[in-house]
Amino acid sequence: MVPDSPARPAGQFTPDGLPKLTRRHEGSILGGVAGGIADHLNVPVLWVRATFAILAIMGGAGILAYALLWIFVPQRRDASPEAVHPAGPLERRQAYGVAALGVALMFAAMALGFGQVLTWVLGPLGLAAVGAAFIWREADDARRARWRRTAAGIVGPSTGSWWRLIGGCLLVIGGLSVFAIGQLDFTAVRSALIAVVLTLVGVAIITIPWWLRLVRDLGDERRGRVQERERAEIAAHLHDSVLQTLALIQRQAGDSREVQRLARSQERQLRTWLYGPAGYASAGDAPAAPSSSLAVSLAETAGEVEDTYAISVTPVIVGDVPMDQHVAALVAAAREAMVNAAKHAQVAEISVYAEVEDGTVSVFVRDRGVGFDLGAVGPDRRGVADSIRRRMERHGGTSKIRSQPGEGTEVELTVPVTATVDPASATEPVVEPPVAESSVPDTPAAETAPGADAGTVRAHADSKGRS
Amino acid sequence: MSHPVKIFLVDDHALFRTGVKAELAGLDDDRIEVVGEAGSVGEAVVRISSEPPDVVLLDVHMPDGGGRAVLEQVHAALPDVVFLALSVSDAAEDVIAVIRAGARGYVTKTISGRELADAVVRVAAGDAVFSPRLAGFVLDAFSDRGGPAPVADPELDLLSPREREVLKLLARGYAYKEIASQLFISIKTVETHVSSVLRKTQKSNRYELSRWASDRRLV
Repeated sequence: MVPDSPARPAGQFTPDGLPKLTRRHEGSILGGVAGGIADHLNVPVLWVRATFAILAIMGGAGILAYALLWIFVPQRRDASPEAVHPAGPLERRQAYGVAALGVALMFAAMALGFGQVLTWVLGPLGLAAVGAAFIWREADDARRARWRRTAAGIVGPSTGSWWRLIGGCLLVIGGLSVFAIGQLDFTAVRSALIAVVLTLVGVAIITIPWWLRLVRDLGDERRGRVQERERAEIAAHLHDSVLQTLALIQRQAGDSREVQRLARSQERQLRTWLYGPAGYASAGDAPAAPSSSLAVSLAETAGEVEDTYAISVTPVIVGDVPMDQHVAALVAAAREAMVNAAKHAQVAEISVYAEVEDGTVSVFVRDRGVGFDLGAVGPDRRGVADSIRRRMERHGGTSKIRSQPGEGTEVELTVPVTATVDPASATEPVVEPPVAESSVPDTPAAETAPGADAGTVRAHADSKGRS
Repeated sequence: MSHPVKIFLVDDHALFRTGVKAELAGLDDDRIEVVGEAGSVGEAVVRISSEPPDVVLLDVHMPDGGGRAVLEQVHAALPDVVFLALSVSDAAEDVIAVIRAGARGYVTKTISGRELADAVVRVAAGDAVFSPRLAGFVLDAFSDRGGPAPVADPELDLLSPREREVLKLLARGYAYKEIASQLFISIKTVETHVSSVLRKTQKSNRYELSRWASDRRLV
């Protein structure tokens, strides 16, 4: 019995509150082994002694087990007074009786040749018990606690568990019976095999809840690991970005311009992470956006201008094209227009709109700032306007600047493009123009060439049509 | 409008509700009046139904289904209550989903108090409110690059050239007045075009629109 002592000495109890397995010091009859086990398992000591006695039938296994436990299990130190059970004369007599019974059973079994064959049946049970003991030792405390709860299911109140228990026991008994019949027929080997199989099946049925729990544990553990990794990823990201920025903002709370710049920059990063093409919340099967395209590049440029000049730049982009030198020039010119607006327009926000339509990329950079008279601009602004215009002209594009004093400014930039990125087919290979094929003269497949050509042309036309 | 527009705030962040209320009150604008607020979908449905306001400022991201859930539970029963979505999200899925559920406009939470008040008055008068980004999404959805699905209903699935022009100017950051003068049309005509685009955005079965509206975001 577990002593209900209020002061349990630390180190003598497992985390579940059960006493560790020790031999009884006080109140022992022989070695204190049975009493110690009874304390550990919280069962009446008589059951333990009876189990040893019954095990003794198996060629004295019970006696061997008792001896081994006596040697290896440490004796309990500094037993608290409450835990002392001085063995009364009745218990002492009972214990001697059980021990004598065990020894007698052992000899009787040996004399009948019973013990040896019984080993065939109990052997597998013993092996299963040893295996279970190993698993028990290796498991951590939380898992043990869970298994103990599951164990309640084996003999739990539900009818199903009772039927299972009865079925398992019947099979074990069946194993024993088969042995008994086999003993009569002297075909011991075959019947012993059947006995072993039946016994194992019985054990398996009894322990079904444990197996189910084991399988479920594996699944839970895997799911838990995935969640854990996800959480770690989010935490790491938030730490690197949001928390750092908040710390910076607190340090610079007096500088509203700097605070705005930090907040805006952090917002942009977080948005990209959440909603961007490679973002956290984007669908896994979405094709990854090309690493360099008009949309990506323009958004980056807008971010840089935001960071540098502490204003808000909101790009709206419809359609996309891959980067080439013309598009790059367009983005660079758009950057100059944004910077110009940021420096001179005296506004907090710049609108940037880009569209890809009919083979032309257009970018509009607009502010609602002070504006200026196009006819009478200072030499500094003239220079910027000229550099934008010249840059666009070099790449076959156009630039227009509309501005009125007090009405704001809008810069319109266009450049022709050849290929467009269709989001639905971004991963398809680019169709080569038919020119490449006609330059290959008289291939062996000349007969099939017209068909192949037509197919290529149609494919090309399709890609154009969708652009 | 004789009486001020009655505004109801729905947002799960109390701090944000307080901020919006303070900002709108600070405008000293007698066209608008905040009459109530709710912090959850269930509370919003109950309070809006018991005392219908004119305009509901609706947060898109809330537990229990977000702004879309409120729209779905209230909009059919109270068609006169106008919803204006207010969110930090810039994802097409979120924006298009609330528009298709019945919201008459979408503005981001960084909008200034003055612009918000204007937007509220405008939706209360029956107009649609398109932020530049929403205009960009709609242009994208109605572009000819659209998915494999053919145009089934030209009336709903295509934008007229004029509507496209208006949307492009909206995306470029133009106000209605500026659009009107740019296109040499009246402001009323601009409003008509925008409302027509809103109707098409809500009713069209174009692939992009229905795909965006059916994708649910986790955040």
